[in-house]
Amino acid sequence: MDAHELTELNATTDPFVVAGRTFSSRLILGTGGATSLSTLESALQISGTELTTVAIRHFSASGSGNVYELLQRNDVIALPNTAGCFTARDAVLTAQLAREALETNWIKLEVIADEDTLLPDPLELYWATEQLVADGFEVFAYTNDDPALAQRLQDAGVAAIMPAGAPIGSGLGILNPHNISTIVSRSNVPVILDAGVGTASDAALAMELGCDAVLLASAVTRAHNAPLMAAAMRDGVKAGRAAYLAGRIPKRDTALASSPEEGMMQTLVGEF
Amino acid sequence: MTSISITVNNQPVQVDAGLSLREFIARHIGKELDKDSKAIDGSKLGLAAAVNGAVVPRSSWNGFAVQSGHTIELVTAAQGG
Repeated sequence: MDAHELTELNATTDPFVVAGRTFSSRLILGTGGATSLSTLESALQISGTELTTVAIRHFSASGSGNVYELLQRNDVIALPNTAGCFTARDAVLTAQLAREALETNWIKLEVIADEDTLLPDPLELYWATEQLVADGFEVFAYTNDDPALAQRLQDAGVAAIMPAGAPIGSGLGILNPHNISTIVSRSNVPVILDAGVGTASDAALAMELGCDAVLLASAVTRAHNAPLMAAAMRDGVKAGRAAYLAGRIPKRDTALASSPEEGMMQTLVGEF
Repeated sequence: MTSISITVNNQPVQVDAGLSLREFIARHIGKELDKDSKAIDGSKLGLAAAVNGAVVPRSSWNGFAVQSGHTIELVTAAQGG
């Protein structure tokens, strides 16, 4: 359906398709940072998310609760990540373990340069991408907001490009909207804005810039009221997507009256 | 029964000699596993194992002998990202 004929967005009129699967929600709510599993479960349910991220960590027999069981119970698909990896070698091993543990060939590839910025290391990221694509993975590449690197990743065969709006957990929003727009305009695979979202307007902006989806975690899980922020993000993503498809008016330097001049009372018409 | 020393998730552990990886993991997580290393109770394990830095696929757990000095990493999904 043509965007100008749409009156309502749903899974039929506007599906989000990535790596061959179709979703109705364009909000991917990560599980990181939640203070309790019950809070996380409420936030996930209210957000309407159908896909979430999990980390791969040591099994603990005394571990309280199990996030994997929680996701299965709620029919939310787990997208494992390689968070904490600084080298392609570690990221590839983590991805292989994730594939075994969760029985999925989807991987959110994070290869971090340093702990202060948590920004991706472009070279290690690219090398890991090459190896994982060759090994049959659907790679969701967490990357810098760099159009040139995004192009390289796309050429290497990633399933989705996930540019950072701002450093992970910073809540600074989208620091370089122009670069995000450029990445979107050049991409043949879905672009998922990842990291940096602080509040609902950031998520809406990502969608208005043409991103296919938004991934966020801290902004919800560390909010004072996580379930309420989950609702705000759900609505922000929907509003931004609708605005993108509807087509915003061009920005102007001068005002443009919305009421007609025609039919004004003669005595009130002044000189301009 | 003789025991051997291995490392599991960075912790030194003594286990009976002669265990397969499947038998060791079943004891470690407290669940019975069938010959295909699937939980007898039907639940999804959500687990993966690496020995000395290499992934051991679940299909190989039954035939993989745990030996003295092995470094085993047992991982699962955790909150993150």
